[in-house]
Amino acid sequence: MIMNIDVQGMACPSQQQDGQKNYDALDYKSEVKPVWCPGCGDYSVLAALTNALADLNLPPEQVALVSGIGCSSRIPAYTNVYGFHGVHGRALPVATGLKLARPDLTVIAAGGDGDGFSIGGNHFLHACRRNIDMTYIVMDNQVYGMTKGQASPTTAPDWTGSDLTPHGSGVNPFHPLVIALASGANFIARCFSGEPVHLAETIVEAIKHPGFSVVQILSPCVTFRPEQREWKDRIRLVDQSYPTDMRGAAKQLLADDGFTIGQVLYRGDRAPYACKYDGTDSIDVIAEGFRL
Amino acid sequence: MARTSVSVVLAGSGGAGVITAGTILLQAAGAAGQYAYMTRSAGAQIRGGEATATIRFSTTPMQCQDDNSHILIGIDWQNLGKYAREMALSSQSIIITDPAQGPVPESILASGAQEFEVPLKKLARSIEGGRPNMLAVGIVAQLVGLPYAAIDGVLEKFIGRKGDKAMASSRAAVKLGMELAAPLPSFALIAGDATQARTRWSISGNEAAGLGAVKGGIRYAAAYPITPATDMLEWLAPALEKVGGALVQVEDELASINHIIGASYGGVPSITATSGPGLALMTESIGLAIASETPIVVVDVMRGGPSTGIPTKAEQSDLNIALYGMHGDAPHLVLAPNSVTDCIFTTQWSVHLAETLQTAAIVLSDQSLGQAQAIVDAPVDHHFDTRRLIATGVPESGKYQRYAITESGVSAMAIPGTRGCQYTADGLEHTQAGLPSSMESDHVAQMDKRLHKLTQFDYGAHWADIEGEGDTAIITWGSCTGAVREAQARLRDEGRAIRLISIRLLFPVQPEQFQAALAGVKNALIIEQTHSGQFGRYLRSYYDLPPGTKVYCRPGPLTMRPAEICQQLSSGG
Repeated sequence: MIMNIDVQGMACPSQQQDGQKNYDALDYKSEVKPVWCPGCGDYSVLAALTNALADLNLPPEQVALVSGIGCSSRIPAYTNVYGFHGVHGRALPVATGLKLARPDLTVIAAGGDGDGFSIGGNHFLHACRRNIDMTYIVMDNQVYGMTKGQASPTTAPDWTGSDLTPHGSGVNPFHPLVIALASGANFIARCFSGEPVHLAETIVEAIKHPGFSVVQILSPCVTFRPEQREWKDRIRLVDQSYPTDMRGAAKQLLADDGFTIGQVLYRGDRAPYACKYDGTDSIDVIAEGFRL
Repeated sequence: MARTSVSVVLAGSGGAGVITAGTILLQAAGAAGQYAYMTRSAGAQIRGGEATATIRFSTTPMQCQDDNSHILIGIDWQNLGKYAREMALSSQSIIITDPAQGPVPESILASGAQEFEVPLKKLARSIEGGRPNMLAVGIVAQLVGLPYAAIDGVLEKFIGRKGDKAMASSRAAVKLGMELAAPLPSFALIAGDATQARTRWSISGNEAAGLGAVKGGIRYAAAYPITPATDMLEWLAPALEKVGGALVQVEDELASINHIIGASYGGVPSITATSGPGLALMTESIGLAIASETPIVVVDVMRGGPSTGIPTKAEQSDLNIALYGMHGDAPHLVLAPNSVTDCIFTTQWSVHLAETLQTAAIVLSDQSLGQAQAIVDAPVDHHFDTRRLIATGVPESGKYQRYAITESGVSAMAIPGTRGCQYTADGLEHTQAGLPSSMESDHVAQMDKRLHKLTQFDYGAHWADIEGEGDTAIITWGSCTGAVREAQARLRDEGRAIRLISIRLLFPVQPEQFQAALAGVKNALIIEQTHSGQFGRYLRSYYDLPPGTKVYCRPGPLTMRPAEICQQLSSGG
């Protein structure tokens, strides 16, 4: 149901039924050519996302894709859903505000490791905590690509590829999925852009799962981290079941080297946060409360 | 001789109940057909700190504190010496002090006010459950001439739910207070007409801004607590729920501004409220709202700055950041309410303008307006035909263009859910279709669009309040207006005509209207509460002012009083 706010004539569009239309991935793609480098993992993410939306058969106008700043944050314009390309680090609050105000929409936030875990780190914690029903896709390439290759929160401390940190960042990398788990995310998964079928399937699962879903996608930056081409050899696509309790999931995540993909890493059952919108008072009644 | 205005300060440490006593007196004055205006001052302590409530009672509507207070009641004197200036006593004032609480601080006695000793604590103890603050209510009621019946009705509201015993002891304490004050010098007001009470409201500026927001159509708010804006948000939380909206507390101001941008992008008119430090954090994303043409309203209840400054007291020094804080050329709306009641209108109008013009509106209230509680005439009910220009479907001409160049500069906004109009709202410079562009032609076209939609709009007469005639004008804004209005009235009584121009719409500027408002003016005086004269500099940069225009500016935290404005005009103005 669409929240039908009638503010002196202003109303949200009511849901348009589409009969039996079957959407395919192309229905979710725009004609805009990505700014991404040839070989960038994000192309696969875009393809997997559009495949996932087609699989869910969601009308494109019922989906909103919200991002901040960075290479991967350019993704909304490359799709044919409603998009919001905001400022650096603030994808999650924009997406949260949108979803809370318009619970009828399918809201997806997307971005990179710098956008989500550095400048937007606080919002990441609180989005996990708030657990509203949306999906957060992080294309993690362990580097700031748009600013030409600086260390990000997920970069190894001894990576010396940037003039900004010639001796390496010297700082331990952030473990996004452990943090997500500890902060209350309701669905946690890791994917690899080089495994597009698994990726699309996981995005479908993430969108379907109630509450806040975090999908970390290892998405190589071939320009500033060419060594990430080898990720395809390190990835382990496993088919075993993972624990669904927090303790077990934490143990699993901490024991892992960060390259295991496969089954969903954690699936919680916390009820999502939402606003009620059931008040029916008129403003005049409220105003009269001030009368002596 | 009965008076038309009398001012009372109630002082005491935390737990003494001075704010409760003040609120009861304010409501009782309203019930007795008087007007009243209460401002609060508190120490930095979270609980248990000293506090003062200054209540001005008046037979006519007023919007500021008087120059001097007539009565000071100290329930105790802990740490209160430092408030001497705010208490504004004179040799005509009286001080009521409980000898058991030690001597009245020297700084307060320096006013020359006459002391009267009343053993408040001891006498309160003589009544079972009696409290000194209720005794003080009775004393003030007697001194200013409020009938007991008016107090009793209010007690019922405040104390009634605590049970019969509490009511009985409060009643007894108030009555005893009235008896004790009978021999003291009277400051009684001309009796009010109690039947007028139903034509009046009791409201604070922050509540008024919240009401204006809801009246304007706001249905979503994001909140991060900050003094002195929190009570506006606390009022909005249940109010929005009642009308089918919602307020959500979020993790920081960066989140609150972006929440409301997201909600508004979704088609729901949205607001947040904050104070200077929060506004500073929000400025980047206010620029995003401007660039992406997403309507939002941000209320800044200003406090003393810079940095943490003086969180509990007023200043107008966020004018610069509100006008110029955004990076890039980012035209937006800046408005300021100029009275408690006007917080309703200006916030409501701001929502209307932001929605109509698809941009960000910053509303500059301040602590002295926001946290003033006043008995006012029931405000005029304004209505705006607020309609965001919405795209209902793909135009016949072909593809929907979110940022189409139009004659008005406003282009139809598609709300998610609308088939065929999917677009990406963007803080990156963009084409008319909303695609990222760094081309000069797109940049210029979109910059022109965002400015043009604001400058072409007819804001009508609401841009300023222009009151009175005369070849001397006082140009002011925001909370200073109340004191200027009173100064103007006093000078009028002395036979001197002064024109008042209080600017409500600070941006976009209205040069033609301003010039018309100044027609025939030979001398102008600018009044503002900043240290650096921010308002005067703003006026000079956008408007032609008469030669020799004077600026009277001073920082907070002391609010502007009418006498200092009159003095500016008498000293060669």
